[in-house]
Amino acid sequence: MIHQFISDVMEFSFLQRALITSIIIGVICGVIGCFIVLRGLALMGDAISHAVLPGVAISYMLGINFFYGAALFGLLAALGIGFVNQNSNIKNDSAIGIVFSSFLALGVLLVAKAQSSIDLTEILFGNVLTVKGEDRTLTIIVAAIVLIIVIVFYKEFLLSTFDSTMAAASGLPVKLIHYTIMVLLTLVTVASLQTVGVILVVSLLITPAATAYLLAKRLSTMIVMSSIIGAFSAVIGLFLSFSYNLPSGVVIVLVITAIFVVTFFLAPKTGLLWKIIKNKK
Amino acid sequence: MLETKGITVVYNKIEALESIDLEVPSGNIYGIIGPNGAGKSTLIKAMLDLVPHSGNTLFNGELIKNQRKNLSYVEQKSNIDTTFPMKVIDCVILGIFPKLSPLQRPGKLAKIKAEEALKKVNMYEHCNRQISELSGGQFQRILIARTIIQDSDLIFLDEPFVGIDITSENIIINLLGELASKGRTILIVHHDLSKVHKYFDGLILLNKSLISYGKVSDVYTSKNIQKAFGTEILVASEKGGTQRDTSIH
Repeated sequence: MIHQFISDVMEFSFLQRALITSIIIGVICGVIGCFIVLRGLALMGDAISHAVLPGVAISYMLGINFFYGAALFGLLAALGIGFVNQNSNIKNDSAIGIVFSSFLALGVLLVAKAQSSIDLTEILFGNVLTVKGEDRTLTIIVAAIVLIIVIVFYKEFLLSTFDSTMAAASGLPVKLIHYTIMVLLTLVTVASLQTVGVILVVSLLITPAATAYLLAKRLSTMIVMSSIIGAFSAVIGLFLSFSYNLPSGVVIVLVITAIFVVTFFLAPKTGLLWKIIKNKK
Repeated sequence: MLETKGITVVYNKIEALESIDLEVPSGNIYGIIGPNGAGKSTLIKAMLDLVPHSGNTLFNGELIKNQRKNLSYVEQKSNIDTTFPMKVIDCVILGIFPKLSPLQRPGKLAKIKAEEALKKVNMYEHCNRQISELSGGQFQRILIARTIIQDSDLIFLDEPFVGIDITSENIIINLLGELASKGRTILIVHHDLSKVHKYFDGLILLNKSLISYGKVSDVYTSKNIQKAFGTEILVASEKGGTQRDTSIH
């Protein structure tokens, strides 16, 4: 079956596009996911991924690539959450709930209005096999932006994530760093929509990073592990999706979750199984 | 010389600090004391420009916000996520980060400096452990090691002795004494009044407004303490306390 998949990849350009896009998405979600997990912003990732729906619908209506509309609404959601949070006593998680549910409702309404041209299932759950050349190019551009910014400002991201007060006292622009990470999160989320869809993109952002968190002793190691887990899961997910005719997003998420479950129980020192054995001794 | 001029902080239309004017001479350790909610931590944050405020803070005649790379700040350790994947040595090396340019990475020299700082706080043998594996006192010593390699002239510490054992407390106060003797100016938010003579050269006594500041013997009087805390507290005389021991153990 694997030989068949490899020969199909060699033969079909749509499968090559899907494979390249899956690997890139796995890597960049793994990278940004680490900062999201360590900053306690998992809900924010979920919110932005759901909030892009109106942008996707409007893009379809205007006949432009969904990327642009989705990115715009993702940024609006991130800014809207920050605005509600900073200008009231409402806590961050409540602000997230208010903004993302309203954006999602608006998105579903717009999708319903433009029903003839949009496949809601594909938006919600993704289909990497339908990735076009233009989508792949945009994904590569997003990946380049994300990786360059993270590499150049790694120190600043690390310090402000670990100890934001020390970072601010030392003169680092911690708010700018926060919003830069939000912009990168939005770009990565939007780029991942075709692969895993609006509903499941948060899994690709959070689960590989959370798995690496159980294993890594340094942020740099965590980022590398998270990227490898993300890319590996995306490739295996694509293989299973293509071979058994299953929705790509769902399969990728299940593969990632399986890796997390194994790590959760068996990770050296931190795994639950070892902890139970140690406690019994 | 550290000076504040009219530092005022207002939260939700309520004054948290009211026009604080004070001076701290260089090479001294000053304790900031006062009851809960007196604005001790807020004063440090206002000096560091971390909270909205009016008034200015100057260090050696220049605005403090223009010389951020020459200051260190350790906030209460409970505000830092110790489950972060980080080795002890890497946590100390963070102290170098503000002085590096974006693409510059800490090199061998930073590692050597971090190892020396860890030796000073008696934590060298733990340098490859995860910070999550340390006790509260050990982690506080790591934060002090990070401050040492920052090599700043001005150091702010917020409640560094809360929840730590006496060994860690002694190591930290002796190291701070050594830094002060080299001309560093150190401000410490502190709540344990019994040790003010032992630990500090001077005090800043607050309760939203400035009650008094200056030498410990001038500030730590029954009258001032009653004014700040609103209750009579038995004030130990300076003779009863011991002088700060600046030798390193």
